[in-house]
Amino acid sequence: MEPFRTLRARAVPLRAENVDTDQIIPAQYLTAVTREGMGQGLFSGWRYHPDGTPNPDFVLNQPQYAGAEILIAGRNFGTGSSREHAVWALLQYGFRAVIAPSFADIFFNNALKNGLLPVRLPEEAVQMLWDLVEEEPDTPIRIDLERQIVTLPDGQELGFPIDPFRKMCLLQGMDDLGYLLSKEPEIAAYEARSPW
Amino acid sequence: MGKTLFEKVWDAHVVAQDPGAPAVLYIDAHLIHEVTSPQAFALLRERGLKVRRPDRTFATMDHAIPTRDLDIALWPQDAARQVETLRRNCRDFGITLFDIQGDVQGIVHVVGPEMGITQPGMTIVCGDSHTSTHGAFGALAFGIGTSEVAHVLATQCLLQRKPKTFAINVEGELGFGVTAKDIILAIIARNGAAGGVGYVFEYRGSAIRSLSMANRMTICNMSIEGGARAGLIAPDEKTFQWLQGRPYAPQGPDWERAVAYWRTLHSDPDAVFDREMTLDAGELEPMVTYGTNPGQGIPISGRIPYPEELEDPGERRSLLAALEYMGLKPGQKMEGQRVDIVFLGSCTNSRIEDLREAAKIVRGRKVADHVQALVVPGSKAVKRQAEEEGLDRIFVEAGFEWRGAGCSMCLAMNEDKAPAGKYVASTSNRNFRGRQGPGARSLLMSPIMAAAAAVEGRVVDVRELMREPLAV
Ligand code: SF4
Repeated sequence: MEPFRTLRARAVPLRAENVDTDQIIPAQYLTAVTREGMGQGLFSGWRYHPDGTPNPDFVLNQPQYAGAEILIAGRNFGTGSSREHAVWALLQYGFRAVIAPSFADIFFNNALKNGLLPVRLPEEAVQMLWDLVEEEPDTPIRIDLERQIVTLPDGQELGFPIDPFRKMCLLQGMDDLGYLLSKEPEIAAYEARSPW
Repeated sequence: MGKTLFEKVWDAHVVAQDPGAPAVLYIDAHLIHEVTSPQAFALLRERGLKVRRPDRTFATMDHAIPTRDLDIALWPQDAARQVETLRRNCRDFGITLFDIQGDVQGIVHVVGPEMGITQPGMTIVCGDSHTSTHGAFGALAFGIGTSEVAHVLATQCLLQRKPKTFAINVEGELGFGVTAKDIILAIIARNGAAGGVGYVFEYRGSAIRSLSMANRMTICNMSIEGGARAGLIAPDEKTFQWLQGRPYAPQGPDWERAVAYWRTLHSDPDAVFDREMTLDAGELEPMVTYGTNPGQGIPISGRIPYPEELEDPGERRSLLAALEYMGLKPGQKMEGQRVDIVFLGSCTNSRIEDLREAAKIVRGRKVADHVQALVVPGSKAVKRQAEEEGLDRIFVEAGFEWRGAGCSMCLAMNEDKAPAGKYVASTSNRNFRGRQGPGARSLLMSPIMAAAAAVEGRVVDVRELMREPLAV
């Protein structure tokens, strides 16, 4: 996993609540046995018309947002299916962070485990960011994980919460597996006393 | 202070807890399937790791497999490749596989309980969000991502922060024609699709206690649609009876010991929940969803809200976007809405009890001319049982297709999908855009409501059909 420290990037406004993982990556992309190739499936039902041509109305297809690395979405982002493919798709497309008022639990965990930073900001802040990047698509937004702060070009700072353990993992690019493997003696002791 | 059921199960599984870190939680049963496991096994191979407890890991094939034909040679290449990959992984790592060729096969959340793998007090995970289903037995069961599948394969443990608890009390008696599916759709409609984020539900109250195990599974199944990762119901005599004699259930003296422990698995009278809500079962009606998230549901006598009635701009935006996709209007009733396809299946409602109830509605009637209707039993065991009882003939004579077991049109990974623009009366759990096929429009409802929609060709109040004398 890539460490995440700071990110300064442009952002895409996705004005939608309850964006489910079936939208982020539709089922037809789940037939893979590897992680690769998910980026092209990202939001494919929204990005493309049924005949495969790009839908120019969808915000990701608008040229002013090309190359953005932050997605700003409505509440309960990532609801639904547990498919980690959704996180792989966002990362492979080029996103490094998603800002939303709230996230579905499984998506939130999956994101953290892959180095995609989920940033929780209050509804009003998300509204404000949507307006801002719609008016000025070039606005750079800075995310500082160490300080847990989103900074706007005018110097305005918005704090966000993050679990201290998860923060440490992200800063160091460390995944859970190493930590869990280091608990082998405790696991063995638990198994020895467990009635199961 | 007493403990909640959730806390009892949680506390019994904490292996280690470093200050500031999430708990290391031991997992008793790990269910895997062909779609979310291949990348996890790849990670194990990359790191040279073994599966710690192959004896606690069980594999099913359900998501990608076509349900029309179990001959893998006739399948699309990618579904065949996923199935072959799972076979190889199970062989290489010594994991029990319920293969499509065998007698035991079906949707992971139907097969697990059927085999007695699911037991009270266990922790159960699967790379599938509807793992919450197993909570019906008083197990702490939840969905995980593929990275976590790898963690559990390698260490039999997960790093987890303790969630909060949410008691959902459903009291009173369900009215005629109102089912477990209507209870859970009503709960989600009331709390919203995100209402349970960060919580574990415990369903309690007289209405829950009077439900069959199949119906309890229907309720726990959709905990995730209410935003909660898990939902539990305290085990009782019904639970024990249901489990006794199943292949993986404890036997002999072990059984007695297990039951004695299981009897302790309930929330203590003085236990405190972080949140509570109460619902009067007697006031519920059959429910139907009109939107593109499971919280957008109304009683059959109700009407779709007007955007002006919603205070929150996000809710308004969701409503308008949903209605545009669904081709429906604010203020409209769902009763009378045309239906093109009827799907009876999924881990929510594909058990024998569901098929029996639906068959009672269908019996002696015909599927409407313009409707394509299919029944996809949750497992081969359900299918065999239904055939023994002659339910297959009732469905087929009425004009339903009678399929093999699998997820099928619940997630539309293969050719089991609905065409764009079509309305699907579905007993599954998700009405997301395109969930049942790109552009398809899902209306979630109970099995008897779906059966009624099949014969009438539109959404109707099933209670009217139940009052009519049978045409046999
Ligand atoms: S039936 Fe549907 S919800 Fe259930 S496991 Fe299969 S795809 Fe998931």
